[in-house]
Amino acid sequence: MIGELLYSFLDWLKQIPHFWWWLAFTLVKIGAAIGLLLGMVAYTVVLERRVASFIQDRLGPNRSGPWGLLQPACDGIKAFLKEDFIPGGVHRFFYWLAPAALMVPAMMTLAVIPFGSNIGAQPMVIADLNVGLLYTFAVVSMSVYGIVLAGYAANSKYPFIGGMRASAQMISYEGTMGLSIIPIFMLAGSANLSAIIAWQTTSPFHWGIIQAPISALLFFIATLAESNRTPFDMAEAEQELAGGYNVEYGAMKFALFFMAEYASVIMGSAIFVTLFLGGWSLPLPWLNAPAADSWLGILIGFIHIGIFLAKTACMVFLIVWVRWMLPRLRFDQLMDLGWRKMMPLALCNIVFYAVLLWGIAMFRKVFEL
Amino acid sequence: MWETLTNYNWENLFSILPGALVFYVLAGLAILFGILVVANPFSRSPINSGLSLLATVLSLAGMSVLLHAYFLAAVQVIVYAGAVLILFIFVLMLSRKEMKMVFTSTRIRYAVGTVVALALACLLLSIVFQMPAAAPVKEAVDGTVPAIGRLLVTEYLVPFEAISVLLLAAIVGVVHLSKPNTKGESK
Repeated sequence: MIGELLYSFLDWLKQIPHFWWWLAFTLVKIGAAIGLLLGMVAYTVVLERRVASFIQDRLGPNRSGPWGLLQPACDGIKAFLKEDFIPGGVHRFFYWLAPAALMVPAMMTLAVIPFGSNIGAQPMVIADLNVGLLYTFAVVSMSVYGIVLAGYAANSKYPFIGGMRASAQMISYEGTMGLSIIPIFMLAGSANLSAIIAWQTTSPFHWGIIQAPISALLFFIATLAESNRTPFDMAEAEQELAGGYNVEYGAMKFALFFMAEYASVIMGSAIFVTLFLGGWSLPLPWLNAPAADSWLGILIGFIHIGIFLAKTACMVFLIVWVRWMLPRLRFDQLMDLGWRKMMPLALCNIVFYAVLLWGIAMFRKVFEL
Repeated sequence: MWETLTNYNWENLFSILPGALVFYVLAGLAILFGILVVANPFSRSPINSGLSLLATVLSLAGMSVLLHAYFLAAVQVIVYAGAVLILFIFVLMLSRKEMKMVFTSTRIRYAVGTVVALALACLLLSIVFQMPAAAPVKEAVDGTVPAIGRLLVTEYLVPFEAISVLLLAAIVGVVHLSKPNTKGESK
């Protein structure tokens, strides 16, 4: 009886049109990925506060829950229950739009990142675009509008200056960020993130950080600048700008700015892991190839997701660590570093890899290897 | 059952949504925001115009996606929305004092403007009516990065290089203009 029911249920499953399967799996992946991202955002905040405390020889939030693990819940409740005030004289529409315009791009990047190989036959990426990396740059370049709008909407000079500085910084470092990963395109021969990971799984020496270390360094610095973190947190330089655009925002809108910063830190780490640290793979048997479509394969698929999350968490920790170790750059130093040091270095790096790859191709042709 | 699922990817979303519907939504948005760029009834603020232009650019990028030209769509967003428009808005914000400026015009300007707009409308309409009915595409255009890169360094090499010389000229111009004036008083 139960067997018959099961069979008829399986028959019913088989006749569901493929499109609906695809839609259901995609929605599940989107939901899981966004839920995971927001969960990581909440705990990155705790991590940051605890790490900062340990570095500064104090304890940090340790009262709510064991080791302060319930702190995000307390912060969230506080942000939701606070009065959602709007200061007088702001541009209302832009004032509402700005936090969303910052948060949405940070979450949209998620769509193309392969956070695992596959589970069953489902690839663990929401949209496997052939221009995946360019998509991430397009989305990241949109996030600058959030900061510009926040500075403009406040209609007050300090947030405005903070917004202008931050947007100038983001535009400057976007160029370096884009140029820094071109050697990865050339080495992997594709802009698709899954293909870039496939290129890195072949051996540990194929990891992007070993093949293109200067790209990795430039990309890491540009990631710090893009997510407005120390040593590049011009928008919120409290000594000079009294907190920048944060002054005008309160309650949940402020929390959205706060979360967007951490979301972009996490997404930056995830992209770094994908490009330079082999994504979901480890150079070990079973873990260096996409999971098979079997019960064991499903287990390995989950392990791949775990590896990806662990690597991303390490990068997030590194970024948090950097924040509490380095002083803030002055604005002219920041621009000087971006345009006169990193940009030429990124260009030289591209030429170097182009010549190198061309030389290897010529060598192979001449000696018919 | 599981094997068949891999054949499905996100592009299939377009196969069930009527392509024409998506096109008309995007085209409508592009036109709506295009009008808001030049004639916003609610505000004459240049920032609003700039942001409307952003929405237009994003709608056009959506149309490129509809044509499966993903590279073009991504580059459109990176270059126009991410770089050019943000610089426009940047400059508009820096000229904040002038923002309360009221656009005044004389009758002659209105007359000239009307004539030019009508002439342009006639030109565009004549092109629209001369256009043959849409024919099926003869060969599929490959919109991937390698395909476009190959075309740029083979078939379209000369125009490509000519554009880069043009951009170089712009860079040299900026360097010249921003150089401190050494002849006169020092800054």
